[in-house]
Amino acid sequence: MSFMTWIDERFPATKVWNEHLAQYYAPKNFNFWYFFGSLAMLVLVNQIVTGIWLAMAYKPDATLAFASVEYIMRDVNWGWLIRYLHSTGASAFFVVIYLHMFRGLMYGSYRKPRELLWIIGMIIYLVMMATAFMGYLLPWGQMSYWGAQVIINLFQAIPVIGEDLSIWIRGDFVISDATLNRFFALHFLLPFVLAALVFVHIVALHKVGSNNPDGIEIKKGPKGNKWSDTAPADGIPFHPYYSVKDIAGVIGFLILFLAVVFFMPEMGGYFLEPPNFEPANPLKTPEHIAPVWYFTPFYAILRAVPSFAGTQVWGVIAMFAAIAVLFFLPWLDKSPVKSIRYKGPIFKGMIFMFVVVFIILGYLGMQAPTPMGTLMSQICTILYFVFFLAMPIYSKIDKTKPVPERVTK
Amino acid sequence: MSSQGVDLKKRRMLITATAGLGAVGAGFALVPFLSYWQPSARAKALGAPETVDISKLEPGAMMTAKWRGKVCWVVRRTEETLKNLKENTAHLLDPDSEVPQQPDYCKNYHRSIKPEYLIAVGICTHLGCSPAYRPEIGPADLGEDWKGGFFCACHGSRFDLAARVYQGVPAPTNLVIPIHKYKSDTVVVIGEDDGGAS
Repeated sequence: MSFMTWIDERFPATKVWNEHLAQYYAPKNFNFWYFFGSLAMLVLVNQIVTGIWLAMAYKPDATLAFASVEYIMRDVNWGWLIRYLHSTGASAFFVVIYLHMFRGLMYGSYRKPRELLWIIGMIIYLVMMATAFMGYLLPWGQMSYWGAQVIINLFQAIPVIGEDLSIWIRGDFVISDATLNRFFALHFLLPFVLAALVFVHIVALHKVGSNNPDGIEIKKGPKGNKWSDTAPADGIPFHPYYSVKDIAGVIGFLILFLAVVFFMPEMGGYFLEPPNFEPANPLKTPEHIAPVWYFTPFYAILRAVPSFAGTQVWGVIAMFAAIAVLFFLPWLDKSPVKSIRYKGPIFKGMIFMFVVVFIILGYLGMQAPTPMGTLMSQICTILYFVFFLAMPIYSKIDKTKPVPERVTK
Repeated sequence: MSSQGVDLKKRRMLITATAGLGAVGAGFALVPFLSYWQPSARAKALGAPETVDISKLEPGAMMTAKWRGKVCWVVRRTEETLKNLKENTAHLLDPDSEVPQQPDYCKNYHRSIKPEYLIAVGICTHLGCSPAYRPEIGPADLGEDWKGGFFCACHGSRFDLAARVYQGVPAPTNLVIPIHKYKSDTVVVIGEDDGGAS
């Protein structure tokens, strides 16, 4: 009896390997957009490993935190590298995830039967944002402190319970040692929640099968390929075909990622903001505060909505709605085709507009508010919501091209 | 997807070479993570050589210093003690300090630079307790043969006043003598000698 037989009788090692890798048939027409799922996993692993290493030298204490980060940078062997891998990794995570989500948007990967897969992905995105937000407080610099102050005060805008809720989140009347300590604990916990959610995301993916740039269900197409008579004709085994392809993606990604880590870890103030090189000072707000770039589109939406009827809650509602609306995407798209390749000019125009609007909002969210900027933000906020809320109409009336039976190149 | 004309030998070679190079890269990537656990620059600075003023030390007395967080003893021995250390060695495990527990310049019967002064790391070579200084002759608890030395109450190891271990006790070797040097007659630096800082 072989060693693997002994294992397999006790643990389904070969079964799992085959079901999810060696005999998991993915469409053969994946392009580079399909790198970003595996890259997101790579970055998550990087964040967990470097994060645990940082925690070995970091002190989650308001009087010690800032100095302990400097200690890591100056005194701990390779501490600067581990920290830059972590701080650059945070931005890289959002770059990769935004591209991964855009891939889904282009090819209709959220459409039936992948609605739940999309929703699990959105939950991952939410947990990621919470993790990133809490992590940003830990260096205890000026931007850490005031950024957290502003975001937690969003909850204060909620009528009736807002005041008590924000005190409960902070554990104090201002951002304090108590806030820092609990954010550290949660920032340590949430990545493991993320890892579990990624597992669920992949289980859901392998249940329904991967979508592809043509948006064709290969499981519904003809059967029989080189490896199996019952597998989809347009499928190839994930391993070795896509495992090797993903390794090529990893190498390309690491070249760009490490170039940033080694040569421009602050990325001109976008990845590490200049005010954060000054310790947190509750008595002095920096002249201009802005969240890190990956939150700025939503921050611009928050600022675009004026307060009225005696409350500022509308901006908060708009900001959260901008994220919540993504959850409903599977039911907003009424087009008979999935992929952008076969969608008509209206959808293509709308998706182009959405990208432009998202980037403009991201830019405006970083800038100090001006009357012109606010007006632009308001226009872009409306267009952002138009993209989603008008989708049931324009996706239905749009002209589409016929979808071929088999996947194309 | 045809396997005709595939040079399997070449393919295997390429796979092995790629995987091998990847493993080397992964090995290099481990270096920062492993090195991160080494004492930091701050820990090294805190472990810098320790300067001790021994001018007030009376004959027969002991003082302690801290070097790298470890207790270090400085004992000023009497002529009588030194005579005893030289002659009374039958009960010792390593009377001539053959085991390198000391710098070469302390490999002598008094295990020090100046016979008068002993400088030793006060940590038992058995399991790391700090032995007690027991200079008295023949106390009730240590027996009539006790000529003064160090007694480790944890597991009963005995050392003489040159920090040499007795036979038949749990500790396997003499206590460690740190590198040290005299800045002047009354100032000693522990953790540094003419070969530089350790």
